[in-house]
Amino acid sequence: MSQTIIDKITEQQSNLPGREGFLAEFTDRSMAEFRRLGIPAVKHEEWRYTRVSGLFRLEMGFGTGTSVTAADIDAHRLPDHEEATELVFIDGRFAPALSNIRHNEKELVVMPLSDAATGEHADKIRAHLGHSAAYHPDGIQALNAAFAGIGLFVMVRKGFATEKPIYIYCIADSRTGYVFAQPRTLFLVEAATQVMVAEHYVTLGSGESFTNEVFELCAEQDAVVEYVKIQDEGPMASHVGTTHVRQTGRCLTNAVTISLSGRMVRNNLNMVMEVEHGESHMHGLSLLNGETLVDNHTIVDNMQPHCQSNELYKAVLDEASTGVFNGKIFVRKDAQKTNAYQSNKNILIGEKASANTKPQLEIFADDVKCSHGCTVGRLDEEAMFYLRARGLGEASARALLLHAFAADILDRIGHEPLRRYVDRLVSQRLAYDIHNGQ
Amino acid sequence: MLNIQDLRAGIEEMEILRGIILQIRPGEVHAIMGPNGSGKSTLASVLAGRSDFEVTGGSVEFMGKNLLEMSPEDRAREGLFLAFQYPVEIPGVSTTNFIKTAVNEVRKHRGEEPLDAVAFLKLMKERMKLVQIDQSLLSRSLNEGFSGGEKKRNEIFQMAMLEPKLAILDETDSGLDIDALRIVANGVNQCRGKDNAFLIVTHYQRLLEYIEPDYVHILYKGRIVRSGTKELALELEEKGYDFIKTELETADQAQQ
Ligand SMILES: Nc1ncnc2c1ncn2[C@@H]1O[C@H](COP(=O)(O)OP(=O)(O)OP(=O)(O)O)[C@@H](O)[C@H]1O
Ligand SMILES: [Mg+2]
Repeated sequence: MSQTIIDKITEQQSNLPGREGFLAEFTDRSMAEFRRLGIPAVKHEEWRYTRVSGLFRLEMGFGTGTSVTAADIDAHRLPDHEEATELVFIDGRFAPALSNIRHNEKELVVMPLSDAATGEHADKIRAHLGHSAAYHPDGIQALNAAFAGIGLFVMVRKGFATEKPIYIYCIADSRTGYVFAQPRTLFLVEAATQVMVAEHYVTLGSGESFTNEVFELCAEQDAVVEYVKIQDEGPMASHVGTTHVRQTGRCLTNAVTISLSGRMVRNNLNMVMEVEHGESHMHGLSLLNGETLVDNHTIVDNMQPHCQSNELYKAVLDEASTGVFNGKIFVRKDAQKTNAYQSNKNILIGEKASANTKPQLEIFADDVKCSHGCTVGRLDEEAMFYLRARGLGEASARALLLHAFAADILDRIGHEPLRRYVDRLVSQRLAYDIHNGQ
Repeated sequence: MLNIQDLRAGIEEMEILRGIILQIRPGEVHAIMGPNGSGKSTLASVLAGRSDFEVTGGSVEFMGKNLLEMSPEDRAREGLFLAFQYPVEIPGVSTTNFIKTAVNEVRKHRGEEPLDAVAFLKLMKERMKLVQIDQSLLSRSLNEGFSGGEKKRNEIFQMAMLEPKLAILDETDSGLDIDALRIVANGVNQCRGKDNAFLIVTHYQRLLEYIEPDYVHILYKGRIVRSGTKELALELEEKGYDFIKTELETADQAQQ
């Protein structure tokens, strides 16, 4: 990466909001880290497949955050959005004017991180912001942290359960040039709450974009959290995203990651289980074609006894697409009676498609149950013949089988309207692929 | 309806079907018997269009068309049905939805309107009675976790729904208890008509007591070596296949 690009980024960073107190200290420290670490190169083991260095080019712009109207967002709104709280990022900047907060203040706190860092929630921000850095000590994470001044703070207040979802739209506007967006969210879920949060990543226009995001969530005692990430960006989009979940009380978290498009997508999901008897589910579905690469890196950190985690990632890889899965499970010395399951299943459709999978288990306790498994296969020929022998055309037989393969993951989206929405995206995609294939 | 002439097929270098000749006319029921490995399932698979097998010679005409040129789905849409010896389990695909799709594919091919939900349910209820299959089974994933007998019953149910012109049943009786056997046979008998035909692969004379065949053929080493009426099945039951083998060997020696 050239000095000119670093200078450009540095200049941009020094003009962002949040230039006082803890946040200024945090972002400057992160900027220094970024300059020290640089962009991860291919020889970096964690970044073997996701080649990000080529994304840092001089023509990258940061957007103004003002180019987008509410009407631009309409096509990407999630189901029953009229009832939901909708939070919008444009080119990585939280945009209050485009957001609709439909929960009341006693239930939900929403404000720019730069305001939250100096107000009554300052302590919380100090305690939680940047917790993910230890899990990904690399320059790209540090770079996002350096831009936290344009980020978002959300807090679900104690004892509050809602059916109304919280939708976060992360929109990169590629219509006027190559845009570099860095959304950042700190999302606190206080005790005894129930909440559903979905992030939707999309691109406006078909130009090039690069989104580098960090979403940090902390769930307290007796919280029930459902988190869904839908990555459906443009064909020229690159994406590095980290979802970092901490369980600081005994609670239940359910995360579903859906990747549908883009050029190169990296999803990190960290599950830090800090308290006994925590439970977490992590599911992922990648539905890829063209030359798309999707790289899912997950970490489950079992710190205390009796935690349970269950992980299933599936990929349908058409044409020349690539699926990568890397699943780390750490079981620390004190974390006896851990139950951790991990499974990765891939169907290769395209002749040039490939799947790479690597489980990494590091276990320092002796009384644990951990398992992992992976499959890479073609579509089941026997099943295809059975369906065709009943009159289903090759294309619909294939769509039916692939949809069935994906169903395990779709079923994990507990919020029914959202499940139907994602199901429709998936079905459309399968029909589209098949249409292409004919 | 079906005219098989000198059909030869195999897998890689191995020839499994070595010159099959068989004609089936509308309204007829043919039974095929023969020792394990003689090629019965291979014949059924080749007719249904399984691509594992390579046809190396002969011809098959079905309803006046060249069957061997058609894709498996077109064969099904033209009215050929194979009840599998080992029905495939397909997790995540609902049995009912699948059957509905299949029925409507066939209707589309015939230039008929697709059945709407109400009409489909009505048809389904009616045909369910025919094979005494339970609703709960049909709301599950296709064949997933079905018992052997349930799978076979589901095959016959699908046959009843699709109303094929020619139904090939590959050992549908194997693994059925006496009651299920009677139910399946009853289902077949109710579907019998002057315009449709059956090719029934079986090892047991027992099934043929319930479904009376017009012809019985014995397949041995990829050829039909004897054809007769239902009495042939009785003779087999009594004497086993040895008498056929001995006869053939004697004939071979006489030729040399
Ligand atoms: N896919 C295959 N690959 C290799 N050999 C095969 C294959 N399918 C069938 N065969 C061989 O072809 C021969 C005929 O098999 P087929 O299944 O048609 O016999 P069958 O008459 O149906 O026997 P059974 O009564 O046991 O069902 C057997 O020797 C079998 O091993
Ligand atoms: Mg057989």
